[in-house]
Amino acid sequence: MTRDGIALEADLLGKKYGGRSGRWALRECEFALPAGRVCALVGPNGAGKSTLLALAAGLVRPTEGAIRAPAREQLAYVAQEKPLHPRLTVADTLRMGRELNPGRWNEDAARRVIADELDPRALVHHLSGGQRTRVALALALGKRAELLLLDEPMADLDPLARHQLMGLLMADAAEHGTTVVMSSHILTELEGACDHLLLLHGGRIRLDGPVDELLSAHTLLRGPVGDLAPHTVVESRTTGRQLTALIRRQGPVEGPWETTEPSLEDLLLAHLRTTEGAPA
Amino acid sequence: MVEYRIDRRSGVATYLQIVQQTKQALRMGLLEPGDKLPTAREVVEATAINPNTVLKAYRELEREGLVEARRGLGTFVRATLGTGPADSPFRGELADWARRARAAGLDREDVAALFTSVLKEHFEGDDA
Repeated sequence: MTRDGIALEADLLGKKYGGRSGRWALRECEFALPAGRVCALVGPNGAGKSTLLALAAGLVRPTEGAIRAPAREQLAYVAQEKPLHPRLTVADTLRMGRELNPGRWNEDAARRVIADELDPRALVHHLSGGQRTRVALALALGKRAELLLLDEPMADLDPLARHQLMGLLMADAAEHGTTVVMSSHILTELEGACDHLLLLHGGRIRLDGPVDELLSAHTLLRGPVGDLAPHTVVESRTTGRQLTALIRRQGPVEGPWETTEPSLEDLLLAHLRTTEGAPA
Repeated sequence: MVEYRIDRRSGVATYLQIVQQTKQALRMGLLEPGDKLPTAREVVEATAINPNTVLKAYRELEREGLVEARRGLGTFVRATLGTGPADSPFRGELADWARRARAAGLDREDVAALFTSVLKEHFEGDDA
């Protein structure tokens, strides 16, 4: 169970694969995601994103610590490989969703995702990657869950389908206050859609918080090379006499620099680049 | 009814784009008192942006007295903006001026730069 107003909460959460001598996929994760947020889960390959989502879905057990999520029937999880029954038709898959979720199933929501894009009689086996994604998202939205856990949901979709399905996800969040956690590599897509950010690297959380607070806590500055203390420098580059830096401010910025607020993409790229070589 | 277009590359915060486009529609007479703004659901379904962004924009418009939220019904326009639609005298004078600027050999970017600098001079510090 989760606390009031919190949809997902991790408490010194860790996961190690492969027994005693195994590798930590996730370590000392602590966060509390407020209900109703749309959270981007970002990080390089192997950062622990899929592990975190599988832990949240209750599919794997933590090695240490705890994760608190809604009960199984109140969450929907779409794994990266979109597992579906290959021998069922699209229509049968939706019927299965209806029968497995008595009293909760929202046929309209599921049908909106399928739209006119799919033949209900087609076998799942014969669908393309993007079409399978549609079916998997239809099941997830039809379930009317409080928490949607989506692992790379948009990876197989063309830009048009991506925009349309992201719109449906946001509409669901608007109407039902659904909390969404989605991992993605497509940063421009997250900008605008997500209002909360979890940045993972090497199994640890590097950034966590509401997007607007994170953005306004950082400053992009450009100008002559100089001492940036007391600010925390996330990333800096010098070209000749010019300095370009992303800083986390400690007090107001005083100096000869031109300053702007970074975009989400600026912020993520800077953090990803600088954690690249950091010890896991 | 207005339809919002969100430009993710513009550098303008998304909620401000909604505020500005609503005001633009009010100025042009495309929205009038009593008209209903699209619901947050409708906006996010069409634009794939976060619902809280739309609500933030509508709260801002409400704070400025331009719209009002009626519980369970939606958000409605309360006031018009500016000096009215297409036939206002200011628009006519501006159109005259633009014609003269063009005849004098200024191109679109020159005119935009001039206009922006005059705006800045006279409205410095006002809200966006």
